Amino acid sequence: MESLIKRIEAKYNLQEVVAQRDNLAFAYVDKEFAIDMVTYMRDYEGYTHFTLMSCVDWIEDGKFQLLYLLNNPETKTEFGIKVYLDREGAVMQSAHHLWKQIWTYQRELKEAFGIDFPGSPRVDEDFVVEGWDDMPHMRRDFDTNKYAEETYFMREGRKTYDPATYMRQKLYPNQPVTAKKNKDEQ
Amino acid sequence: MKDDGTLDIDLSSHKYTKIWLGPNHPGVTGNMAVEMTLNGDEIVDAKTHVGYLHRGFEKLIERRLFVQGFPTSIRMCVAEPDTNEYLIARATEELSGLTGQVPEMAEWLRTLVLEMARLQGLLRAVPGQAGTFSLGIGVQWGVYLRDLILDRFEELTGARVYHMFIIPGGVRGVLPRGFKRRMEENLVDIDDFIVRLRKLIFHNSVFKARSVGVGVIPKEWIDEFGIVGTNARAAGVKRDIRKDYPYLRYSQLDFDPPTATDSDIYSRTWVRWQELIQTVDLIRQIMAKMPEKGDIRGDMPNALHWKIPKGETYVKLESGRGEYGMYYVTDGTSKPRRVNLRGPSYTHAIALLEKMLINTNIADVHATMVSLQTCPPEIER
Repeated sequence: MESLIKRIEAKYNLQEVVAQRDNLAFAYVDKEFAIDMVTYMRDYEGYTHFTLMSCVDWIEDGKFQLLYLLNNPETKTEFGIKVYLDREGAVMQSAHHLWKQIWTYQRELKEAFGIDFPGSPRVDEDFVVEGWDDMPHMRRDFDTNKYAEETYFMREGRKTYDPATYMRQKLYPNQPVTAKKNKDEQ
Repeated sequence: MKDDGTLDIDLSSHKYTKIWLGPNHPGVTGNMAVEMTLNGDEIVDAKTHVGYLHRGFEKLIERRLFVQGFPTSIRMCVAEPDTNEYLIARATEELSGLTGQVPEMAEWLRTLVLEMARLQGLLRAVPGQAGTFSLGIGVQWGVYLRDLILDRFEELTGARVYHMFIIPGGVRGVLPRGFKRRMEENLVDIDDFIVRLRKLIFHNSVFKARSVGVGVIPKEWIDEFGIVGTNARAAGVKRDIRKDYPYLRYSQLDFDPPTATDSDIYSRTWVRWQELIQTVDLIRQIMAKMPEKGDIRGDMPNALHWKIPKGETYVKLESGRGEYGMYYVTDGTSKPRRVNLRGPSYTHAIALLEKMLINTNIADVHATMVSLQTCPPEIER
């Protein structure tokens, strides 16, 4: 993995290279070079198996992080190529010509995050949320609670507990209910 | 023919018929639909539709504490729920810097649970393939024997299907007294079933006529489509996460993943049948090699105050249907930033199935779909 990173680091101006395990590394690459690098990894470095395409919403930075995770069946290693996209009007070059299943990932990312992949087959077709007209549902600012409260109704007589408070009461019944909360829960 | 090479289908020409297979159909694996365009009995276009069981698990996990992700995640795969438990446990342990903290006994128990999950899945899958040709008796036997394995799950974990047995740092319990004896009794019954299954399925002329040379996956498609698991091994591509990327105690177990070369429905069923034999053997090996006593939990942070530093990882295992992976991202808070499941059906049920169905007979759709072991919940998450 180290020798691979040395070979491609300067070629593609890799940033924030992290070797998570002996057989798994992640690195950022500029958006313009990403598909070129994915193609190079497939054709010249033996990363012939496409494992996953995913996205993380870093809403506080105004960025989407796209991930192309590739696998080399010979060296039994995985390399994650990451790309930052602006959240507003996010567009990425399509990679559907490289592997036969990539159009499915791109179709899902268009629906779930609103990232467009011009030219990708059936990219505008609904995937799992048919007829959805709200904001893309995997974005961090899509509030599932608010959506559920506005769309559905509670069954009468049903009680709702905050899971953290409920567990705290179960585990530490003698502590007052107003015990200190996690920073994230406040 | 259009410029892009696809067929120009004009339904008003009366040459073609469009029908939907599913989402509610006994021959469809789970809540999934295939929209098919037919010319006579021949399929000229197929589109997979999922979403009938979308419950937004990945999004829900983002809003929950790490430990609360467990009961949510297991529902992502009904066929083998324990795989989700293990992947979340492994990802959170790795990102917390706690890899290696899981005691040996807990690792053996995790291995046992994953193989039991594989066994109960194969007890449905292998006879289920014959069921697509209306040979239903094997399915009835298999469901009975699967129930016996669920009995063992129940006494070990307290639950039959969704176990929540694997937790961060270890497992929830030890083997009950007499568990190994009762499991061995069940395995003897399954040994007998395996022999009967061979006669029932592989010596059956109808099964052979309907499965040999049908649903062939060319070897060059394996990487082109990202095909994994038995579907790849039946094409002669010997890849198995347990061997290639050993985890838990698999490196201490003696096994060699079976393969075939014909890559048709018959070959995939034959390989799964051999995997059934192998899984029974692996459970016996695990029970023989695991220590009698030992810690089952390592030191882990308080579940209510557990924060994981910013990081990301991809963890995977060999499920009964192939590579089952999870991309897990943390941001320093007490909840994950992103959890993305990669189930084998994501490729097998959409890009691959749509391609395989072209120019096949409508009568072969169910058998082809079941032979790929498609599982829609792991697509919709």
